[in-house]
Amino acid sequence: MDYDIIICFETHVELKTETKLFCDCPVKYEAPPNSQICPVCTGQPGALPVLNKKAVEYAIRAGLALNCTINRESRFARKNYFYPDLPKGYQISQFEKPFCEDGYLEITGDDGKPYVVGIKRIHLEEDAGKLVHSSGSLEASEYSLVDYNRSSVPLLEIVADHERNPLRSVKEARIYLDKLKQIMKYIEISDCMLEKGQFRCDVNISIRPKGSKNLGNRAEIKNMASFKFITEALEYEIKRQSELIESGRRVSQETRLFDEEKKITRPMRSKEDAPDYRYFPDPDLIEVEIDREFLQGIEDSVPELPDQKLDHLIKNFGIPRHDAIILMKEKKISDFFEKCALHCNDRRKLSHWITKDLFKLLNDSSLTIDECPIRPKDFSQLINLADRGDITDSIGRTVLYEMFRTGKNPETIIEAKGLKPIQDVDLLDKILDEVIGENPDAVSNIKQGITKPIDFLVGQVMKKTRGKAPAKKVRELVHKKLLKGPTQS
Amino acid sequence: MELCDRSACDLVGMLKKREISSREITESVFKRIDEKEDTINAYITTTRETALKQADLADKKFRNGKRTSLLNGIPIAIKDILCTQGIRTTCGSNILTNFIPTYTATAVKKVLQAGAVLIGKTNMDEFAMGSSTENSAFGPTRNPVNIEHVPGGSSGGSAAAVSGGETILAIGTDTGGSIRLPSAYCGVAGIKPTYGRVSRYGLIAYASSLDQIGALGRTTEDCAMLLNVICGHDSLDSTSAQVKKPDFRRFLNKGIKGLKVGLPREYFVEGIDTRVEDQIMKAVKVLGKNGADIVDISLPHTKYAISAYYLIATAEASSNLARYDGVKYGFRSNQDIPDSVRMYEETRSEGFGKEVKRRIMLGTYALSAGYYDAYYLKAQKARALIKDDFDKAFEKVDCMITPVSPCLPFKLGEKMADPLQMYLVDIYTVSLNLTGLPGMSVNCGTVDGLPVGLQIIGKAFDEEMVLRVGNTYEKIVEEDV
Repeated sequence: MDYDIIICFETHVELKTETKLFCDCPVKYEAPPNSQICPVCTGQPGALPVLNKKAVEYAIRAGLALNCTINRESRFARKNYFYPDLPKGYQISQFEKPFCEDGYLEITGDDGKPYVVGIKRIHLEEDAGKLVHSSGSLEASEYSLVDYNRSSVPLLEIVADHERNPLRSVKEARIYLDKLKQIMKYIEISDCMLEKGQFRCDVNISIRPKGSKNLGNRAEIKNMASFKFITEALEYEIKRQSELIESGRRVSQETRLFDEEKKITRPMRSKEDAPDYRYFPDPDLIEVEIDREFLQGIEDSVPELPDQKLDHLIKNFGIPRHDAIILMKEKKISDFFEKCALHCNDRRKLSHWITKDLFKLLNDSSLTIDECPIRPKDFSQLINLADRGDITDSIGRTVLYEMFRTGKNPETIIEAKGLKPIQDVDLLDKILDEVIGENPDAVSNIKQGITKPIDFLVGQVMKKTRGKAPAKKVRELVHKKLLKGPTQS
Repeated sequence: MELCDRSACDLVGMLKKREISSREITESVFKRIDEKEDTINAYITTTRETALKQADLADKKFRNGKRTSLLNGIPIAIKDILCTQGIRTTCGSNILTNFIPTYTATAVKKVLQAGAVLIGKTNMDEFAMGSSTENSAFGPTRNPVNIEHVPGGSSGGSAAAVSGGETILAIGTDTGGSIRLPSAYCGVAGIKPTYGRVSRYGLIAYASSLDQIGALGRTTEDCAMLLNVICGHDSLDSTSAQVKKPDFRRFLNKGIKGLKVGLPREYFVEGIDTRVEDQIMKAVKVLGKNGADIVDISLPHTKYAISAYYLIATAEASSNLARYDGVKYGFRSNQDIPDSVRMYEETRSEGFGKEVKRRIMLGTYALSAGYYDAYYLKAQKARALIKDDFDKAFEKVDCMITPVSPCLPFKLGEKMADPLQMYLVDIYTVSLNLTGLPGMSVNCGTVDGLPVGLQIIGKAFDEEMVLRVGNTYEKIVEEDV
């Protein structure tokens, strides 16, 4: 049987504000347990929350990037439940009147056409603390400790719409996640590091026989730590649900947990056991009014988004589309490219060297573009040297390697390593004569009009000069000597 | 008259003239505590040693001729619901019996900075839930006027301490009448300012949208002096109002000639003890005779106030009190507990008193799926209607006069078996918490030796009017005597 698949994500994005959502404690991931805490974020009696305006700004920035309506009046609500990592016994979240509603994210659908995935709402809430179990799991532990460093760190919850253009396949789901993460990083509100819990997803999935109008019961899957696991969980669910339907049974509406080892999902709780969170407006926080000026300021500060960036790179810098796609994947990389491009004539060469050579160097030493030791100004200088024919590409790569290793500028390296190209025409002439003498076959071929061995001769000169001969100049000399004509390229 | 029985304003004058020292006042207060505390039980914790140090420091400031706040060297008692760094803060509950805060509430910080001498932390109904101070895990407080009777609640310890000379001034909190009722029952003055006037930071929440910190003293003037110090915007409390901070003492003596004083007719109906009613009407006549224009007004939705109040207050409480779970601080059950859910159950069952548990359950129910609209939301609608009533009435009058309580201070144990009867004691006070309006209680005589409180209600952020009427009334009665 063929099925329609309906997939819908609830994504939590941890915001990279300097301080927590409702107090002045710093947001720090690598700090000793319970060192970034205060009466407010540990739920001490009498402590009160005060809203971090920056977090509101970030939430609205996300809303604008995802084409949402921004509610001019917004409220926080309490979500009540007991858990040791939740110090107040409730989480300050939003229920009615979230900051953003009714948006969309455009992806390329499975049919190759643009597909506009509905975003139902985006709201701001505080994170909980972290339980540290004395052994691997809660069940096996003699005791558990609580670390409240993460308590009240701002989280954005982005809820996709069940009804308005949900995702239709596992492939689309993956594209959606990649793009959502990319946008959050582009607008610089989160680093989205999955391994640090900065980008966490729950997913709803249901299936129905193709053409059927009725929505099937959906399963909500939790506990997936990577995009790969999400994909596996979805694939498993589609199989499980279709088998149920085919054997005449019903899919029950429930929450399930993904088991990373067995690659299966397991029931966690049924719809009937769903907790009643008893949401109500938080009386400690007044209604947030977003005034026109504040909103305008945020609108003006939303940077170029990935799709716009791609167009911009191709049109303004004239680089090949496949390079542009690689460069725009991360804003920091396209930023690096654009900084280099400011001082650089040959942007095609530039994009090629970044996407090929620089990426390889970064990869080999497991560095991110942020940690790249080469300054953009120096990088463009290198490209310009190669472009002018002052150095050969091959020497350029040697220089690049040194630049990467030492952080020095290209001129310094060229000088120190004696990589300066040979400008002395007489010397080049002499070397070329040697090469001509050693390769009579090639010479006679060229003289008969077979031009292919020219490259061979140039290569031989290079070999003798260890790359220091300017290729353009050598080629000219070959033409002059053997063809008595101007260079033809 | 002993120093501990004088008003703060008297003592300020004497201190200024260097006739007495803060140490003498403080010692006088502690002498009274030694005599009476076994019977009255106004305090959960007294801080004698630090108090004497603070008194000496205050005296030193006088000696050095430093400019000081009026509160410098004046003894003050703080309700044990306000956090005090390094001093146990119990909220009258077993669940916080060993809780020592790491920080000090804004209002307390302000009085300490002003040089006031902290005498101790006063007794209260557990988590401020009660009208008699009988619901305290540390035993009931008795009314110094007549120890067979309750002092009212929940700030019963603060009112009893002021009334009995166990402090000069006191800070209380008022969620449904918790300053005004005990002030009335103990025969002292007490004001609940407008919601947002005093920062709630460090006030252990019962019902966040209703709780407000206020002042208790022997006279209205004393209350004004204390309110001057504790009020003002605080960036740590998002609900604290950004309004001008007046000198509340400025208009105390402006008189009441020509003022329009409203008498809401719904407050003088069946259910009120006629002896209380008579006493209030006598006071109204006094005001009328002295130039106030008495106006009949109506607050038609008054009948919904108690129900709305107990739904909203308990709903908020059910959430506010969720943090007492035995994980981070306070009491944790000693029972051998296999899992965290059982730990919560045992800790909260043993740690909370009966009334607190009753209100948590009521509030949890009111917020539950399927009941939210019928209870919580409806209560909020009633709250809006009640606020409308007051807005309309205040177009016609400058202030209102009502009783504080429908009955005289009752005897210990009298209403403990019937929570509903106990809730009805708050019938005249809860509306001001629902609307956020300021109100105070001033004594208007006694019936059978038991004090009766007159409630003066003002417009939002018009505490000046409330205090002015209260002070004028006190002065007229004083002169008559």
